[in-house]
Amino acid sequence: MSARENILARIRSQSGRTGATATATELAAVRSHIAQRIRGPLPSIAADAPITRFVAECERLKSTVDEVANLDDVPQALARYLKQNGLEVPVVGWPSLSTLDWSGSGIDYQNRLANGDDLVGVTDCFCAIGETGTLLLLSSPVTPKLHALLPETHVCIVSRSRIVATMEDAFQLLRDERGQLPRSTFLVSGPSRTADIEQTIVIGAHGPYRVHVVLVP
Amino acid sequence: MQVKSMHFKATSSAKLNDAVLQTALKRAKGKFVDGRAAAVAEIDAWEDIRTHAAALRDRVIANLDAYLIEFEQNAVARGAVVHWAETAEQANAIIVKIAQDNAVKIATKSKSMVSEEIALNDAMEAVGIEVVETDLGEYILQLAHEPPSHIVAPAVHKSKEEVADLFVAAHGRPRLTDIPAMTREAREVLRSKFLGADMGISGANFVIAETGTTLTVTNEGNADLVTTVPRIHCVVTGIEKVIPTLEDFATLIRLLPRSATGQSAANYLTLTTGVKAPDELDGPEQMHVVLIDAGRTKLVGSDMKEMLRCIRCGACMNHCPVYQNVGGHAYGWVYPGPMGSVLTPTYVGIENAGDLPNAATFCGECEVVCPVKIPLPDLMRKWRERQFDQALRPFGERFSISVWNAFATRPALYAFSTRIAARVASWWGGKDQRITWLPGLDGWTDGRDMPAPAGKTFRDLYAARRKR
Repeated sequence: MSARENILARIRSQSGRTGATATATELAAVRSHIAQRIRGPLPSIAADAPITRFVAECERLKSTVDEVANLDDVPQALARYLKQNGLEVPVVGWPSLSTLDWSGSGIDYQNRLANGDDLVGVTDCFCAIGETGTLLLLSSPVTPKLHALLPETHVCIVSRSRIVATMEDAFQLLRDERGQLPRSTFLVSGPSRTADIEQTIVIGAHGPYRVHVVLVP
Repeated sequence: MQVKSMHFKATSSAKLNDAVLQTALKRAKGKFVDGRAAAVAEIDAWEDIRTHAAALRDRVIANLDAYLIEFEQNAVARGAVVHWAETAEQANAIIVKIAQDNAVKIATKSKSMVSEEIALNDAMEAVGIEVVETDLGEYILQLAHEPPSHIVAPAVHKSKEEVADLFVAAHGRPRLTDIPAMTREAREVLRSKFLGADMGISGANFVIAETGTTLTVTNEGNADLVTTVPRIHCVVTGIEKVIPTLEDFATLIRLLPRSATGQSAANYLTLTTGVKAPDELDGPEQMHVVLIDAGRTKLVGSDMKEMLRCIRCGACMNHCPVYQNVGGHAYGWVYPGPMGSVLTPTYVGIENAGDLPNAATFCGECEVVCPVKIPLPDLMRKWRERQFDQALRPFGERFSISVWNAFATRPALYAFSTRIAARVASWWGGKDQRITWLPGLDGWTDGRDMPAPAGKTFRDLYAARRKR
């Protein structure tokens, strides 16, 4: 008997069920329960206007938020942000965003995978969640995850039309539009932090020190 | 991890006199207890969400084999390899073999309590593989060669001075005591490990049956790097961590960070499903999931099955008056506090951990704060009952309980004897009605006086009131 068979058999005998493995009926019952995708109770805050709440929660998490009128205005807004923060350095950005006119705003936009020395990473996101001020990023060949993790500053473009109320809504959107989860589904709520030394909160652990959100229509 | 739970009494006495630890525990208590209270107050549906969460965990535990098979099927369909281990030894052998088959030299790890259970680092190091803990707290403890003392904040017992000394010895840099600067130093040192590792080892806060996904919850971003950079990702987790759907995850994650650290959201949630596509720039080429029993099936279907609901938030220990005074190391194994006092006897044997279910005042706070409503005091009481039945407690204790039992189960005798006892105790209390010494109970009266009873018993007062 393999470890798998032993464990499954032990679960069954402990649960008072006969047979060495789950029956077709039992498996079907599990699948049909899963297929219902039952949502749990929601707190009242989940009913807040998603965009307003998203901005407020971002600020609570120490993310910063900027807003522009059009996607084409993002490079200019980013140039401003970099200047204000003394970060006039090359940025490493997602291949999916390389068509924006970055050089027109004086930004050296490098379309490659982020490395440990990069200071600024630029991404957008699949959607964002109002309840908790969370960005949801999906991995793909043109949207690698490391851009949002290795650089000290993560700049994320968020479309106002893609801010949903809850995580449940975000997952449903993901199912509707993509069918299945990609290799990595990454939810980011503010810059990285730790409180492991004397329970003192320090912003900037292994991930970014700053998360800067740029809202677009 | 080596079991030291049998030394609970001696270790707790030492911990009560450890000034550094006492300072750390007081600081942590304030932050965790107040933080949780504020975070929970924002969620008006808290009780409904708890009830829903407890029910969804129960549903899985009641059909655990079928949910595990469903998870396995969906994970394999996405390119993961699912392994099963009945014991710690089997789990370590599987993981070491994966590492050796792939010529792994350096493995980075994000915090995993299951890996502490099985002492995975020792097994990897024994065959010459460098294992690097990347959670800041776990990294500090790896340098100190100490086990974690808390399941969420593993180095909560350390002062910054102690950490500073460890960093000087390990990094050879000037001594820093500014906490943000120390954190940056650890970040810089660990960067090269993150980027140079061949294998990333993570735990899983949950695994999702619907999608074949494993997931991690962190604030530092370390688990997210560990599961993304190396070419091999190995997940080590307990069989009870499976949940049905993404919706269930959304429910549980409303409870977990608020209960654990008082955060409205954990900074990073990484849901990992399978391996990278050939044209992806990052992500592992192999994903292994090791599902571990190591005692869990003993709880399935048992009178302690509610324990398997646990989502490892640490709220029970943060709110426990015993934990708050002795800290996590006194408990002698991976899981401290009330959840540990139920789990440790199950996993390592009650004969090795007999004091743990007794190290409770039964104030009930752990059950009140538990996000999945585990009746922790009831479960600890069940362990006490088993100890009594199996004659595992000292003779004096069993004898006293038997005497008590003889009175308590005979109402007339009980009423008569308590009436006499109340009068005797009242007389014993003297003029100022304080009892300063009780024969055989001086351990209790050494530290405090007991107010003497008023002379009349509750039953007498109750009967008198009924007559009126």
